[in-house]
Amino acid sequence: MDFIPHTQEEFLDMLREVGLENRNDLFRTIPEQLHHPDIPFPEPMTELEIGDLMHAAAEANRGAKMPSFLGGGAYDHYTPHAIPALVSRSEFITAYTPYQPEVSQGTLQAIFEFQTFMSRLTGMDTANASVYDGASALAEAALMSCRITRKNKVAVSSSINPHYLRVMKTYLEAPGIEWVEIPCSEGVTDIKQLKSIVNEDFAACFVQNPNYFGNLEPVDEFRSAISAPKCLLGAVVYPHSLGLLKPPGDWDADIVVGDLQSLGMPVQFGGPFAGFVSCKQKHVRQLPGRLVGRTKDVDGKTGYVLTLQTREQHIRRSKATSNICTNQGLCALMATIYMSLMGPDGLRQAAETSVRNAHKLQKRLCDIDGVTMAFDKPFFNEFVINLPMPVESFIDTARELGLLSGIHIKSTESAGNDGLLVCATEKTKADDIEFYIDVLTRILE
Amino acid sequence: MPMDAYEPTLFELDHKGKGRIWFSEPEGTSPVDELLPQDALRNAPLNFPVVSEPEVVRHFTRLSRRNFSIDSGFYPLGSCTMKYNPKVNDALSQLPGFIGLHPESGQEVSQGTLRLMVEIQQYLADLTGMAGVTLNPCAGAHGEMCGMMLIKAYHDDRGDKRSIVLSPDSSHGTNPASAAMAGYKTIELKSGPDGCVDIEELKNHLNEDVAAVMLTNPNTLGLFEKDILEIQRLAHDAGALLYYDGANLNAIAGIARPGDMGFNVVHFNLHKTFATPHGGGGPGSGPVGVCEKLLPYLPVPIIGEENGTYTITRKSEKSIGQLSTFFGNVGVVLRAYIYMRMLGIEGIRNNSFNAVLNARYMLKQLKDTIPPEIEGDCMHEFVLTLKDHERFGDLNTMAMAKNLLDRGFHAPTVYFPLIVKEAMMIEPTETESKRTLDAFVDAVKEIIEEYKTNPEHVLHAPHQTPVRRLDEVTAARKPELVYAD
Repeated sequence: MDFIPHTQEEFLDMLREVGLENRNDLFRTIPEQLHHPDIPFPEPMTELEIGDLMHAAAEANRGAKMPSFLGGGAYDHYTPHAIPALVSRSEFITAYTPYQPEVSQGTLQAIFEFQTFMSRLTGMDTANASVYDGASALAEAALMSCRITRKNKVAVSSSINPHYLRVMKTYLEAPGIEWVEIPCSEGVTDIKQLKSIVNEDFAACFVQNPNYFGNLEPVDEFRSAISAPKCLLGAVVYPHSLGLLKPPGDWDADIVVGDLQSLGMPVQFGGPFAGFVSCKQKHVRQLPGRLVGRTKDVDGKTGYVLTLQTREQHIRRSKATSNICTNQGLCALMATIYMSLMGPDGLRQAAETSVRNAHKLQKRLCDIDGVTMAFDKPFFNEFVINLPMPVESFIDTARELGLLSGIHIKSTESAGNDGLLVCATEKTKADDIEFYIDVLTRILE
Repeated sequence: MPMDAYEPTLFELDHKGKGRIWFSEPEGTSPVDELLPQDALRNAPLNFPVVSEPEVVRHFTRLSRRNFSIDSGFYPLGSCTMKYNPKVNDALSQLPGFIGLHPESGQEVSQGTLRLMVEIQQYLADLTGMAGVTLNPCAGAHGEMCGMMLIKAYHDDRGDKRSIVLSPDSSHGTNPASAAMAGYKTIELKSGPDGCVDIEELKNHLNEDVAAVMLTNPNTLGLFEKDILEIQRLAHDAGALLYYDGANLNAIAGIARPGDMGFNVVHFNLHKTFATPHGGGGPGSGPVGVCEKLLPYLPVPIIGEENGTYTITRKSEKSIGQLSTFFGNVGVVLRAYIYMRMLGIEGIRNNSFNAVLNARYMLKQLKDTIPPEIEGDCMHEFVLTLKDHERFGDLNTMAMAKNLLDRGFHAPTVYFPLIVKEAMMIEPTETESKRTLDAFVDAVKEIIEEYKTNPEHVLHAPHQTPVRRLDEVTAARKPELVYAD
């Protein structure tokens, strides 16, 4: 029976009802030579058996149990229990895109609230209902900036997450949009280089704060450093940090993107996460993806609908602002519930605790002989250290000892020496820090 | 609490004042203003509402009750494959060993997830007759874009510059939009009178500038492209590749394989065919399968196996590059894995038989009441039309859809495919009982009858939903996209 309600008898009755004898007759419009393919496949399993298999596979992920100091775009923040309890409600998880608004007000109102939260968090006027992840958000924003300005070139700081840059490159290569990287100096965007590179040929200049190395960028200098008046300023942000840090709206960004994972989602091997794009009001018609608007019904009651749909693929087809259809709705809902539960104080506490734990960790690590900071810059909850040994072999040895110590930053990425990107969050325990010190000391000896 | 009462937004529930303490101050650390420069911090506090947990939980629980969902009723949304989402998939994919694994942990300590990814790549490849599969795309449209980029990389690599993609006028909107993202111009092929690709029309447009022909099979009218073998011969003779939009794979999975039909690229919608939850609009997952000659172009990272160790390869010379931050929507992939392992090939095949039988049964029950656009053997879905004004009067598809909502059903996909006037596209899926199908058929018939006696009531539906018809025109003209205090 599996997940099919019909018994064999019912199946045969219905088959006769439609005038057929044999179940293969259902497919008589398919050319005969295509029938009966030989498909190798493992035997079916019961629910009990697949449970054993999955538990064993989960157990084989030894990394999931190790103290972890990994960040780099996926962060182990605290998830309040109310989030999984609410998002696992059937009415949210087994619904689809709210095509029939009268019976989708739950999803629609939640997206409207999400848009409001994201606009307030980033200091922008509005936000879309989510895209796939932070990387695709950057890529979509780059394309969006080209549509707005009718230019074919974007500048990106090389301190942006390299995964994001690689994804953006994939998206930009196909339509033939040029991109130029602005080098780093001392672990942040080199403002002098930015000034000399970015001119009126550029649609936008994108920067990330805190940047991939965890450093705080000179955000107040970007707008004035872009001499071309029409060139947009794009920001990649870490939503978790915005409980504390100055939002991009305050430094006059036009488009803000990022990944929502830090707002209540587990690291889950990198997905599902969700990206967002928020922007100034005047650019709203160039946003990719779904948007929800508030309106009234025929009785004058408040309700919500998908709106500005003429931007989208199901109406505009090849002229749409993006091809995106299914996005990351449930993840955006998780972020919405997270922001509701945390409120302004909780979000600030989470950010502050991350920052303080990271600084505590940094101080302890750099007390060890030969361990130094790669950059002398203020940092948020991640930082890059240099080690008196090859970074890659340190990472491997530490892993064998049960510690996920950080991410290898190659010298080409940072314009410095090979480094180790180390991250702490509000969940980082004092014991884990001691373990790190112990492992590092042992390996260096 | 009546379902139709106004539910305030969270911003209206704001107590202002001080919120809950979520995290204790860490010991042995300095306060933040000693660690970070003042000019990096917020000038003003974050303007978020202060709402207690009980209120937040009640708010979202009430919102959830204003949603229609598969678990609460029949959801025959054509081309979306709204089948039952087994609970076992959710539970087992969220074991701590899966959701607690950081994507940068290293392959040595991620062998469990990597093994499942390698295996499902193989299952998907075998199921469709493809040589290799990537799991990186996050949704169907993302997979389409990936597929189009693969096709572009293949032609470019051969020094063969092509700029056109052909797709039928009945195709999903994502098809031309995805082709455009890859830098292609789309030409729409006019469908033949039988609803299938018109071979003459195809011949007229095929030339050395055509990079690919993008098809959904069965197509959006629910019909199997009967000339598929001729289509593939013509396309390949012209040097074009053939792209399979997997939105409708639930009709033929295990029965016939796109690879055997000559398709070079296939995308899957795991949230359709393989029963992962749609989540109110994602996350989905859109793996892509390719034939042998496209393997070198697959996106990175590539998940593979060498001597019993599961591996992550980040560089591949001819790859189109990276498509998502890490490895795509792995949590969704795991759900599909569980589903496929439980069903086995006979279970997957059985899904197709039942999905098609259910559609065929409904079509038979409904076609005398509302005619199909095209007569013929439907696969897993079919398209009816209310365009006959003499017969149906003002009872159009919109009105039919809204009356179905009043009777506790989700509406079918409406006004799609675009080539059918007053279209109503019904996909029952295999997980619905005969009782449910019959009830839906009865409801459609009742609506037609009720229109004869009480047309005003029918035309102004819905009446029973939390809100009634909404003013979409004003919403678009003066967009109110965020809550303003």
